[in-house]
Amino acid sequence: MTMSRQGVQPTEVIDRAAKLRFRWNGKRFSGFEGDTIASALAASGEQIFSRSMKYHRPRGILTADYWDPNLMVQVGDDPNVRAGHRLLESGMDVRSQNAWPSLNRDIKAVNGLLGRFLTAGFYYKTFMRPQWLWPTYERVLATFAPGGKIDLDTPHAYHDKRYTHPDVVVAGAGPAGIEAALAASSAGASVMLVSHEHSVGGHLRYSSAAADQAALAELRTALDASDVEVLTDSTVTGRYEDNWLGIVQRNHPVAVERLIKARAKTLVAAPGLIERPYVFEGNDRPGVITSGAARRLVNLWGVKPGERAVVFSANAEGDAAVADLERVGTEIAAVIDGRTGGSISSTRGSSRAVDAVVADGASIGADLLVVAAGWTAPTSLLNMAGDRPVYDPAAARFFPSDPPSNVLATGGLAGDADLDGLRQHGAATGRLAASRAAAVRHRLQARTARALPVDGDEPAWAPDERAPLGRDPHPELYRADTHGMVDMSEDISSKDLVAAAHEGYDSVELAKRYTTATMGPSQGKLETVNTVAAIAEARGETISEVGTTVWRPPYAPVTLGALAGRMFEPVRVSSIHPWHEANNVSVIQAGQWLRPDHYGDPAAEVRNVRRNVGLIDVTPLGKLDLRGPDVPKLLSLLYVNKWMKLGVGRVRYGMMCAEDGVVLDDGVTGRLGEDHYMMSTTSSGAGGVWEWVENWLQTERPDWQVHVTPVTTAYASINVAGPKSRELMSRVCAGVDLDAEAFPYMTVRQATVAGVAGCFMWRIGFTGELSFELHAPAGHGLRVWEALMDSGSDLGVAPFGLEAQRIMRLEKGHFIVGQDTDGLTLGPSTGTGSLIKLDKDDFAGKPELAWAADRSLPLVVAIQPDDPDVVPEEAAQIVRGDTNEILGRITSSRYSPTLNRSICLGQVEPDLAAGGTKVTVLLESGERIGATVIDHHAHFDPAGERLRG
Amino acid sequence: MLLVPCPNCGPRNSTDLRYGGESHARPDPNTASPAEWRAYLYLRDNPAGWLRENWYCASGCRRWFSIERNTATNEFRDPPLPGDKRGGAA
Repeated sequence: MTMSRQGVQPTEVIDRAAKLRFRWNGKRFSGFEGDTIASALAASGEQIFSRSMKYHRPRGILTADYWDPNLMVQVGDDPNVRAGHRLLESGMDVRSQNAWPSLNRDIKAVNGLLGRFLTAGFYYKTFMRPQWLWPTYERVLATFAPGGKIDLDTPHAYHDKRYTHPDVVVAGAGPAGIEAALAASSAGASVMLVSHEHSVGGHLRYSSAAADQAALAELRTALDASDVEVLTDSTVTGRYEDNWLGIVQRNHPVAVERLIKARAKTLVAAPGLIERPYVFEGNDRPGVITSGAARRLVNLWGVKPGERAVVFSANAEGDAAVADLERVGTEIAAVIDGRTGGSISSTRGSSRAVDAVVADGASIGADLLVVAAGWTAPTSLLNMAGDRPVYDPAAARFFPSDPPSNVLATGGLAGDADLDGLRQHGAATGRLAASRAAAVRHRLQARTARALPVDGDEPAWAPDERAPLGRDPHPELYRADTHGMVDMSEDISSKDLVAAAHEGYDSVELAKRYTTATMGPSQGKLETVNTVAAIAEARGETISEVGTTVWRPPYAPVTLGALAGRMFEPVRVSSIHPWHEANNVSVIQAGQWLRPDHYGDPAAEVRNVRRNVGLIDVTPLGKLDLRGPDVPKLLSLLYVNKWMKLGVGRVRYGMMCAEDGVVLDDGVTGRLGEDHYMMSTTSSGAGGVWEWVENWLQTERPDWQVHVTPVTTAYASINVAGPKSRELMSRVCAGVDLDAEAFPYMTVRQATVAGVAGCFMWRIGFTGELSFELHAPAGHGLRVWEALMDSGSDLGVAPFGLEAQRIMRLEKGHFIVGQDTDGLTLGPSTGTGSLIKLDKDDFAGKPELAWAADRSLPLVVAIQPDDPDVVPEEAAQIVRGDTNEILGRITSSRYSPTLNRSICLGQVEPDLAAGGTKVTVLLESGERIGATVIDHHAHFDPAGERLRG
Repeated sequence: MLLVPCPNCGPRNSTDLRYGGESHARPDPNTASPAEWRAYLYLRDNPAGWLRENWYCASGCRRWFSIERNTATNEFRDPPLPGDKRGGAA
C-alpha cells in the first residue's frame, strides 16, 4: 500500500494554501490545515502507525476516524491521542506508542511467536503462579503495556464545566440529526446539536454525489440561520436519569476540554452507524481498510489510499468506495460482492502487499483491500436509558426496541431510507421531541413555586406518529474460524473468543471480561457485533439467542481533566484571620476551615495561658440561635440531660446522642433571654447538628414553636483564657459586671466590648483556666481581637492555637467527640453517664441508653505512661500483657508542658477502668510500655479551682 | 441524575438534596421493645416498586418532605405541589 496526496477534490476539507509542519517520531513531515494527524501522515506515504497491544503486529489505518484502534499516538506530553480524529497543528511532536525500538523494527513482535501464551484469558492463566513471582511479572508486563507516556511535570491544563437546561439535545449531526434540530428549533424549542466530528453533515461530508453535497450545503445554511446551538468536536458521553447528559466539548476556544452537564427535556439519539470490520485471517494488516476509511481519505483529504485495490462490498457504501477509488486513479483489481456469496478468507503477501484470498482459494494481487461488511448501530445512549436493542438478522444489525418516551432515535440508528426519507424522519423526530419537551417544560415550571406562572393545562404527551424507517437487507458476514482479529485494540482473534466459549465463558458478558474483547479504546464500537457473532457461532446459536453486552457510559473515553474541571475547594477563614497571617501563624485545615494551629511554640503558648492570659480564635465553633417558647422542650429532646429549668443568664453543658445511643455531639447552650437561647456545637458538628435539629422540628415535632438560625459565621468567637483574663476583659468591656459573684462560672452575659455592641460571652473553660468565651459580631471580630491584644500587653497576653488548646483540654481530660469517641461509642462510655437522665419522658436515643445503662461498656479514661517521657501514638493499642489481645486504645496523647509528663485519654474495657489499674500499651515500634489508669479524667487541677475563680 | 420534586423549590438535582430513606414511624421510646426499636433503626423494606421516602432539600429550602417514588422506574407519584408542605415525614 502506498498512499499519496492527489489533486483537489470538490469535497475536501483541507486548505492547501496553509501548510503545517510537524514531526513524526523525530522526522520532519508536513500536512495542510484541515488534515488529521493520520491523513497528513498517510498523504506522506506512512503506512505503519502503531504496534498491536499483545503481539506487536504492525498496524495501519483501519477506519481513519475517531474510532480507529490503530491510530493511538502521543502528541507532546499528551498520550493516547486519536490520530484519526485530532486535527494537525503546526509544530506538533507526534510519536508512536507501544513500539520499541521503532515502529518498523519492533523487537517485541517476537510475541507473535509466543502467541500460544497470550490467548484468551492469558491475564488469568500465565502470570498467576507461583504467586511470589508476581512482582517480577508485573515489571515485565509493565514494559509491554500499551499506552503513551505520562509526563509528571505537565502543567495543569485549564478544564471547565458548564451547566445548561436545553429543551432538546440532538446527539449526532448527520442529515437526520440536523433536520431534527432544525424542526425542534422551528417549533420553539431551545436546541443543542452535538457533533462528534469537526463539522456537521455526517456521512454526507465524504460523499462525492452531487445530490448529497447539495443537501449538505442546504442543511448547513439552514443551521447557520437557525437558533440551534451547534457543538462540534463534542460527544454526548452519557445519558443518566431524567435526561441528565454529560457532553465533552473538545474544541472550546479557551478550555482544553469542557464538560457540559445538560438537563435535556428530550434527547434525540442520531449517532448514525459505524462500519464494522470484516473478520478474516490477516484483517489487521496495514492496507486492509474499511470502505468508510477509503471514502474519507479520498473525499475529505484528497489522499489516494493505494495503487491497486480489491474491494469487498456488501452494501451501497462499498460500491460508492469503488467509484471514489477509481476517480483518484486506484486500479480496481476486483470487486468481491458479499451480497452474492463472495467472501475473503485471508490476505497474503509480504510487506506492502495485501493479496486477497477469495472463496475458491485464488489469490488476487493488491496493495489495498477495502471492506464494506456491515454496520454497527451505536445504541449506547439508548442502552443508558434502559433500552435493550434487538438484533435483526435480515438487516444484520441491532435496532432500538422500547426506549423511554423522552428519548427518541432517528437516522441510521432507527432504520434505513434514502436521503429524503432520513431527513423527513429526522424532521418528524425533531417536531415530536419539541412537543414533548414543551410538556416537560410546562410540568417543571408548574411545580416550581417561584417560576413564572404557566397558562393552561399541561400539554398532552404527543403520540409517536412518525412513519417508521425501513430496514435494508444486509448479509450477515461473520466468521469465527480464523485467527482474524475481532478486537484490534486488545488483540483478540475470533479463535480466542471460540476458545473462551469452549472453556465455559460462553455468556457474552463473561467472555467480554475474560478476553477483554470490546474493552479497549474503541469501546466496542467496532468490535461488539463481531464478538457476539463469534460467541454465537461457538455456541451454535443465533446472535439473538446469545444477546449482546450492555453499552454503558461513557460513549467515548473521557479524560480525568474533563471530569475534574476547575477545582473549587472553598476555604473558610474567620474575620480575625488577617491578624494570624501577619503574626507567623501555622495554619491547620479543619474541614473547610483554615485555623491557627500555633504561632511557633505550642508549649510556650500553654505556659502563657496557665501563667498569664491567652487568646484563641474559635470562630468555627458551631452556633445556633434558637428562639421561641418551645426551645426548652427541644433542648430536652436533643440533649441527654435536663433543660426545662435553665434560668436566664445560665449556661449548661450538654451531650447529644443519636437514636442508636451513640455520642453525636456536645457543647454548651446558654439562655440569653426569656425565649432566646444560643446553642454551641463542636466545630466539625456545626452543619450536622443544624440538620439534626431541623429534622426533629420538621418531622417529629412540627407543632413546636422554635426558630433555628445558624449563626456560626455571624459571630467571631474568641476564648480569653488564663488567670489574668478577668483583668484583661475589664479593660475592654462595658455594661457588664465581671466580678466573680456577678458573673460566675457557667453563666452568660451580653456586653459591649471594645466599643462593639451586641457581643455576648459565657464563662466556660475548655482549657481549665478562668476564661471568657467572647462572641462578637463577625464584622468587628478583628477590631475586638486587636483591642484585646493592645490592652493586655502588660499582662503578657499572647495568642494561642489549636495545638495548645488540645494540650490544655487533654490536661483537663475533656474528651472530643470523634477523637476520643467513635461511631460505636455509646453515651455512658464517655464517663459522663450521670448526665444521662433516663427519667425524662423522651429524648433522642433514650431506649438504647436505658438498655446500655445495664450493660458494662468500654470507658473513656485518663491514662499516664509510667515513663513520663514516652508519648504513645494516638490509636496505639492497649493489650493484655505479652499477648496481642486488644483491651482498648489510646485516643489522645500529648506531652504536657504543665505537668512535664506524657498524658493520654483512652478507651478501655470496663474491668480496666478503675483508677490505679496497670495497662500495657503496644507502640507502633512494637515496644510495649506500662501505663496507669487514673481515677478521674483531669490530669491537672482535678478540683477545677482555677476555672471557677 | 434524578430530578426530585421539592414542594418549595421545584424539581432539583438529587445532589441538591439529602436522601432520608424510607419513611417510618418512630416507636414510643418508653414502650418499644428492643426488637421494635432496632427495626426502626436498621430494618428497611427496600421494595422494588412504590416506596414512601423522605428527602431533605439541603442546598435549597432546607425542608424535609415525604414523597412516593417507584424504586424500579424512579418515577415520583403525586408529587407535592408548591406550598404543599407535606412535611411531617413520619
